[in-house]
Amino acid sequence: MSERNQTEQDSGNGGASRRNFIGAVAAAGGLAAIAPGIHLVQVSQARPAGEGASKAVRWGMLIDTTKCASGCNDCVKACATENGINETVKDARQGSQWIRKIDIKEVKTGTTHSLPMMCQHCANPPCVDVCPTGASMKRADGIVLVDRHICIGCRYCMLACPYKARSFVHQALTEQNPEVPRGQGCVESCTFCVHRIDKGQQPACVETCTQAGHNAMLFGDLNDPNSEIARRVAQVTTTQVRADLKLDLGVRYQGI
Amino acid sequence: MKIEQYTPAEERLFYVLLALGGLVSAIGLAAAYYMEHFGHAVTGMTNQVFWGLPHVFGIFLIVAASGVLNVASIGSVFGKKVYKPRAPLSGLLAIIMLAAGLAIIMLDLGRADRVLIAATHVNLTSVFGWNMILYPVFFGLVGLYLWTLMDRRMNAYYKAAGFSAFIWRLVMTTGTGSIFGFVVARQAYQSAILAPMFIIMSFAWGLAVFLLVQRSMYSWNNMVLHPAVRQRLKNLLGTFIAAVLYFVIVYHLTNLYYAKQVAFEHFILVSGGIYPVLFWGGYVLLGTLLPLFLLYHPAIWKKSGAVSVAAALTIVGGLCQLYVFIIGGQAFPLEMFPGMEVTSSFFDGAIGTYVPSLPEILLSVGGLGIGFTLTVVGVRVLRFLPQDDLAMLTDAGYLHD
Amino acid sequence: MPSTFRLAVAVFSAVAALVSSGAVAGESRVPKPAITIENPGKCVAPVDEMRRNHMDMLKHTRDKTMRDGVRGMKTSLNGCIECHASKKTGSVLGSNENFCQSCHAYAAVKLDCWDCHQPKAGYKATGTAPAGHASTAGAKP
Ligand code: SF4
Ligand code: SF4
Repeated sequence: MSERNQTEQDSGNGGASRRNFIGAVAAAGGLAAIAPGIHLVQVSQARPAGEGASKAVRWGMLIDTTKCASGCNDCVKACATENGINETVKDARQGSQWIRKIDIKEVKTGTTHSLPMMCQHCANPPCVDVCPTGASMKRADGIVLVDRHICIGCRYCMLACPYKARSFVHQALTEQNPEVPRGQGCVESCTFCVHRIDKGQQPACVETCTQAGHNAMLFGDLNDPNSEIARRVAQVTTTQVRADLKLDLGVRYQGI
Repeated sequence: MKIEQYTPAEERLFYVLLALGGLVSAIGLAAAYYMEHFGHAVTGMTNQVFWGLPHVFGIFLIVAASGVLNVASIGSVFGKKVYKPRAPLSGLLAIIMLAAGLAIIMLDLGRADRVLIAATHVNLTSVFGWNMILYPVFFGLVGLYLWTLMDRRMNAYYKAAGFSAFIWRLVMTTGTGSIFGFVVARQAYQSAILAPMFIIMSFAWGLAVFLLVQRSMYSWNNMVLHPAVRQRLKNLLGTFIAAVLYFVIVYHLTNLYYAKQVAFEHFILVSGGIYPVLFWGGYVLLGTLLPLFLLYHPAIWKKSGAVSVAAALTIVGGLCQLYVFIIGGQAFPLEMFPGMEVTSSFFDGAIGTYVPSLPEILLSVGGLGIGFTLTVVGVRVLRFLPQDDLAMLTDAGYLHD
Repeated sequence: MPSTFRLAVAVFSAVAALVSSGAVAGESRVPKPAITIENPGKCVAPVDEMRRNHMDMLKHTRDKTMRDGVRGMKTSLNGCIECHASKKTGSVLGSNENFCQSCHAYAAVKLDCWDCHQPKAGYKATGTAPAGHASTAGAKP
């Protein structure tokens, strides 16, 4: 625990100058958003080396279910490739699924929707509350991650997550992508492609959905009033799944 | 305490029991190593039912550990004489069962090798995290309590020690119940009644275990429990069993009418396959009604073995109840979209199935083996046989005839 | 509790220091690790410092990157691999001549990194997405 406090203090000391810097980046981002098209490729600039994630940012996603076709699995495939999810499992129920497509049908009307479901990056994440070791954690910019270095694999977070967003790795892995470490005995979930975001790129699922022309997924900073996602969330009616739990989700849905 | 020599037959029995317990424990440890080596792929656990049989057994032992201390508490906290000679055995069993239960849970961790991290990094918003503090303190307090009972110089403090252990174990069981009670996401668990329910369950299960251990010790020593003492204890067990039943009924009724978890209740009580069978057949019939019958039928309870059978059935019923609660609670799909039918590649909207694999079963039974071995050793080394002082009981008005 | 951890670290470093001094003095009966340094002279710190402190450096980076999101630090595990992976096998593991394994086998210190981290340099993994549920919907487990 002492080491962790130490790092927290470190980041506290650097806080003031960092905030100033982030302000500048945010302003630059605002300018970029005014020029149409730019934000589709780059959500923000990559943080310079040595800068931590900023509290000023809240990464989020808006999913337009009216544009998401049942049977389309592009985002799921993109996620698997990006994050090196490639192990063969004997029992499909033991395989990891960071993102999955859910088909829902209203019982009364028969209306159907299709949507990708993944970690909702809750602002009040139950998984973080229950984790006995602090392995489940929320980064300053709202991304919820599992610190596999201290995860003991108790699976309590899986019990607590209302979205079945977490998977437990049931076997030894060897074919990981270098930027996405993952392994046996720990719990994992969608990271919003944190390694890409930190380089200023979009999550793999969003990039693929956009490049394939579906345009059902939008990613950006919910805290930046000039970002496209913030403007859309302000304009259209969006839904948080299980809003009754008041978890303040980072992922919003439109059209359900 | 007077020390007697063991007869050769007793010696032999001790080593046979020790060997048996050791073997079962060793097989359990080997199973845990196997699971650790190949990963949980070799278990029946999945990403939907990720807490399995080891959790049923582990949580049973942890909950019962707190309850078994009840016997001591009634003696020291509530000053009932008949329970006082039973306090040392009760304290010993409490420590052993908690250790055995924790061993099962720890050995089932995905990264059991990192179990120290659980002690060095404690997240205090986590109910699990609190338990990392609750358990060691419980060990300490009960140990202290045993010391005050055994050491004449410390006798003066036994009431204080007993009282703190009593309070602490209530807190501890509240903590165990809250592991589930705080899980708002799930239909089965989001209930405030779970904490008191776990306390009552701990009373019943703990006393049942105590009665069984006491009975075996008595028969090995060719002793019989005084009928008046036996009657008190069996009435107590009956009361606890009935109280658990009451809480179970309230739990399901609030789920049905207050929380409106009709679909979930229908699953657990009617349509869910193994779960209704275990609930009605295992918990209600075998684990509640039958023991109550055995304990209260005016002719039957007096027969030799009736109380022990009732106690054993209570334990079986408790395990069934936990199985339904823990596994059934996960098997029922999370309700993310009310009023919608849901399908996905991740089995959303589908009932999860769980069949424990051999290593899990061996690990769970191995945990019981650890508890058994420790009890055999502890009882022999510490000589905690509860001896009733008849004159004292008569004075206290327990023996009328 | 943290004191337990610190004690463990202290004992560990003491053992590591003993082992390394033994190795330098050539007193040990176990054959010295045969490390091939593929890119000599390019390390982020002098050899002595790396030998003694690489675990602390990595741990510091690990917590900074993982928990605070700091990227591009001077020390990084992937940086180590890129430079130290064997030219023959492309990995820091796999035989007692490969960088990490050689020393750790010699010092008998368990390597925990590679349960999760990729030990090969420049590795590009494929991905296999679970089949859409159209095909698996009926497949009740
Ligand atoms: S969706 Fe689940 S895993 Fe993701 S932050 Fe919320 S509780 Fe945690
Ligand atoms: S499985 Fe890991 S991340 Fe999840 S609660 Fe346990 S220690 Fe925390």
